[in-house]
Amino acid sequence: MWLLTTQKTESPFLFAVSRGELFDVLCFRIYRREFQERCTQCAAVSWGLTDEGKYYCTSCHNVTERSKEVIHTESIPNTKIKAISRGLKRKSKLEKGWDWYVCEGFQYILCQQAEALKTLGVGPELKNEVLHNFWKRYLQKSKQAYCKNPVYTSGRKVTVLEDHLSHSDWTSDPELSDAHCLSLVESWAESQSDVQSRKPSSSTRASHSETASICSGSLDGVEYSQRKEKGIVKMTVPRTLAFLYLSLLWQREAVTLSDLLRFVEEDHIPYVNAFERFPEEMKLYGRDKGIFAVESWPDYEDIYKKMIEIAIFLDLPRFPDITEDCYLHPNILVMKYLMEVNLPDEMQGLTCQVVKMTGIGEVDFLTFDPIAKMAKTVKYDVQAVAVIVVALKLLFLLDDNVEWSLSDLAEDYNEDHQDKPWFDFRKWYQVMKKTVDEKKQKREEARAKYLWKSEKPLYHSYIDKPVVYKRREMVVNLQKQFSALADCTPAPGEKKPSSFQFNWTEKGTDRPCFHGHSLRGVLSKKGQSLVIKNSLYWLSTQKFCRSYCKHVTTYEESNFSLSYQFVLNLFSFLLRIKASLLHEEVSLIEKKLFKRKYMSSNESSRSRRVRRR
Amino acid sequence: MSDFSEEFTRPMTEDEQGETSVASGTGMHFPWLHKLVETVVIGGKKKKDFAQTTSACLRFIQEALLKHQWQEAAEYMHSYFQTLEDSDTYKKQAAPEIIWKLGSEILFYHPKSNVETFNTFADRMKNIGVLNYLKISLQHALYLVHHGMLEDANRNLSQAETWRYGEKSSSQEILINLVHAYKGLLQYYTWSKKKMELSKLDKDDYSYGTASRSMLSHSCKTSANLGALIETPGVWDPFVKSYVEMLEFCGDQDRARKVLTNYAYDEKFPSNPNAHIYLYNFLKREKAPRAKLLSVLKILYQIVPSHKLMLEFHTLLKKSEKEEHHKLGLEVLFGVLDFAGCTKNVTAWKYLAKYLKQILIQNHLAWVQEEWNSRKNWWPGFHFSFFWAKSDWKEDTALACEKAFVAGILLGKGCRYFRYVSKQDHQVLRKKIKRMKKSVKKYNIVNPRL
Repeated sequence: MWLLTTQKTESPFLFAVSRGELFDVLCFRIYRREFQERCTQCAAVSWGLTDEGKYYCTSCHNVTERSKEVIHTESIPNTKIKAISRGLKRKSKLEKGWDWYVCEGFQYILCQQAEALKTLGVGPELKNEVLHNFWKRYLQKSKQAYCKNPVYTSGRKVTVLEDHLSHSDWTSDPELSDAHCLSLVESWAESQSDVQSRKPSSSTRASHSETASICSGSLDGVEYSQRKEKGIVKMTVPRTLAFLYLSLLWQREAVTLSDLLRFVEEDHIPYVNAFERFPEEMKLYGRDKGIFAVESWPDYEDIYKKMIEIAIFLDLPRFPDITEDCYLHPNILVMKYLMEVNLPDEMQGLTCQVVKMTGIGEVDFLTFDPIAKMAKTVKYDVQAVAVIVVALKLLFLLDDNVEWSLSDLAEDYNEDHQDKPWFDFRKWYQVMKKTVDEKKQKREEARAKYLWKSEKPLYHSYIDKPVVYKRREMVVNLQKQFSALADCTPAPGEKKPSSFQFNWTEKGTDRPCFHGHSLRGVLSKKGQSLVIKNSLYWLSTQKFCRSYCKHVTTYEESNFSLSYQFVLNLFSFLLRIKASLLHEEVSLIEKKLFKRKYMSSNESSRSRRVRRR
Repeated sequence: MSDFSEEFTRPMTEDEQGETSVASGTGMHFPWLHKLVETVVIGGKKKKDFAQTTSACLRFIQEALLKHQWQEAAEYMHSYFQTLEDSDTYKKQAAPEIIWKLGSEILFYHPKSNVETFNTFADRMKNIGVLNYLKISLQHALYLVHHGMLEDANRNLSQAETWRYGEKSSSQEILINLVHAYKGLLQYYTWSKKKMELSKLDKDDYSYGTASRSMLSHSCKTSANLGALIETPGVWDPFVKSYVEMLEFCGDQDRARKVLTNYAYDEKFPSNPNAHIYLYNFLKREKAPRAKLLSVLKILYQIVPSHKLMLEFHTLLKKSEKEEHHKLGLEVLFGVLDFAGCTKNVTAWKYLAKYLKQILIQNHLAWVQEEWNSRKNWWPGFHFSFFWAKSDWKEDTALACEKAFVAGILLGKGCRYFRYVSKQDHQVLRKKIKRMKKSVKKYNIVNPRL
């Protein structure tokens, strides 16, 4: 695209026969007034022109702010800027982009994500009712829609005018914002196919975006990225996941937060480059890049925090009760994770007891209530896994000693009794270690191969566009060339999403299944009931941190037994969380389980080991 | 309070050690890494997963290259290309060079790769980071030379020559000179092939004249290409050698001398023994006076006292009239034999034997003692052990004889090397050994007869 200036009357070129000729003549004039400065990046003097008529360095592709027409308007007085377009069609196509707001972009992403969840098997009400309502509530609370004074109209008009005078052409138009609200409601229902109903941008807006030094494809991108209002939770891409999780929790769906994040990382739910799926007419560039581009996978603790933050911001009521028949109830989750890590089903008896004694299975404890004083929800998955760790500690002590001698016993026994074997911790360790190491390696490789960059590259401004697109093309070409050299066997298809990551049902000699193994070996009969042979226990955290640093305990790996480290690493790998987070959860459960011991140990002698009751 | 698990014995298992070593992550270090570390120290943002996965990707590529797993390396390269679009400008600028280095390595060895793929890759990379254009062109040309495609290499270099790069930065200037020089080298190659053909031609052949004339013009053109590079400080042995050869062919002896002298004596150039060797050989061809030759070799002696030219140096010194040169001649011989690589050099030992005798006859015992003093601690074990006597005698009797003589002179007739050799009964050498015994008795420095 070219922006050239001509003199209206005196111009000798006015009668140029065709635009092409005019172009040539102008070019001639321009070249005589060559830009002679050195490039700031590589010091070369070798300038080319971008489609916008800006100078770019042909050697390093650095684009300057200097554009050709600026030079001309300076030199020719009384000129009227007029656009002469070399590629009229292309330009007009760009201008035709829709008027859209940042929140609409997020709405689009949310819809896409909810759709993806639906294909994963989540009920349709999640999208149509729960998430939709949460979103409407968010728009209302953040004063973007469904309220008397939306941010985009009179309410914010004054400040907007003060801040960015250039925006006045659309902020002062109340009709536009009404239409905006309307379109928001409409588009939820038919998130993909309401192309025709949108009206194309007015020409004023196009010129606005080109003259502004900072620009964006969305209407409010610039303003949005600058807005810092107290008490308002601004929408970000990670927060879309918080919305999703809130809706899942509301619906009591069988998806934990770690599952959700895993689906995201495995690309079953749009997240990285979610903007790719925007309709063609929703143009993204400039400031939109900072808002919609993500270069990291979501982090468990981060999303967890954001979820609570949003729930409070939306002022949500108490969530539906998590009862014993819910997937998120520890007893059920524990069962699931026991299967996942190939531990005997019999352990469930012990875990249920732990759950009961600690009271973490109670409805009031499990149900999320944002209005409560200390709004806090249970990390269901982490907690369930922590219960298993506690159970393992109860059974095997995990001090790098007891578990091995118990394993010796089991091994001896199993030699003679192969029909109903005892659970052999050593054997389980060997099997799990091997499997996890393989899986870890595979995951690392897959992560290293992950392609982050969108096929639809984002650029800062129109000037960058050709450069960015050229880069993109180069990368694609290079990738094509090297994929021909890579091993041609394609990866064994997109793995189907599943809440299980391991599969132990297969009967193989190298990956035996321990689900049916008996715990008889670690229990002894005492009167009528069975008692755990191992009578010792050690606490993961002796003393909890009471300062204001927010963490309750620390996890210094080297202070702990290797078996404990292994178990923590195994589970944290499974949930894709930090081992320290799990350690903390284990400590919290122990705190509840050994309440009395903690109190007594604080008072009197600091006994190192706690005798189990 | 100490920890619960404190009393538990916890030996390090292999697994753990393995893990920690992986975590420490050995690998190539790039400047931006430092930058990232800095942001961490400041407590800045967490490293983005994009940066993490791409650096992991780089590690995998390096590992694959190390293990010669070219296919796997190519697979990872496929993902690594995205660093070209890194939002971090610094990394984005560094990316093309890294990619070029890794990619060209992969394509060089990959079984499915061929010249065409390499060419496409090189052409693409040339146009991504323009700052790398010349470097890549040069390496591309070397690749073509390696595959025997001299013409293509030449074309490539010509293209690089015409590359305009606005204002040349100083680092680019050397590259431009290198491009010129390599082109010159290729031209030299065709030239010397022609020269070979020419030497086969009869001088009376009617085509001889035209052929030699075309050779002349060719060499002049080429020398212009080489000249520029040679003037910049550096080690340019192959270029200098071919340049001088062509200059000599053209009959431009003065220019050749100037180039070589400059190459050897200019202080801006790194110390380079070859420079002196080239100069010496040139002067020798020119039949320069002895003094000039000596001065060149003197410098070489200081840099490489074990060089084989040192024997020539010794001969020249011996011929000299000055006494100090005679003394230096002895020093040079001892110096040569100090080096393990020269211990079996018969000529050197022969020269030493002869010269020792000559010097002692001339009554310069002090010179010998001066040299010997610093060596008497280690030469007996180094050269004159019983083991060496046996093995030298077995391998090379002539060498053993010379060494035995020197040993006798320096250590007296009681020395084991001398005794072993002198006891050998050899028909041909019997006479020689006898003579040797006599000389040793007469001249050995252990019990000098006053």
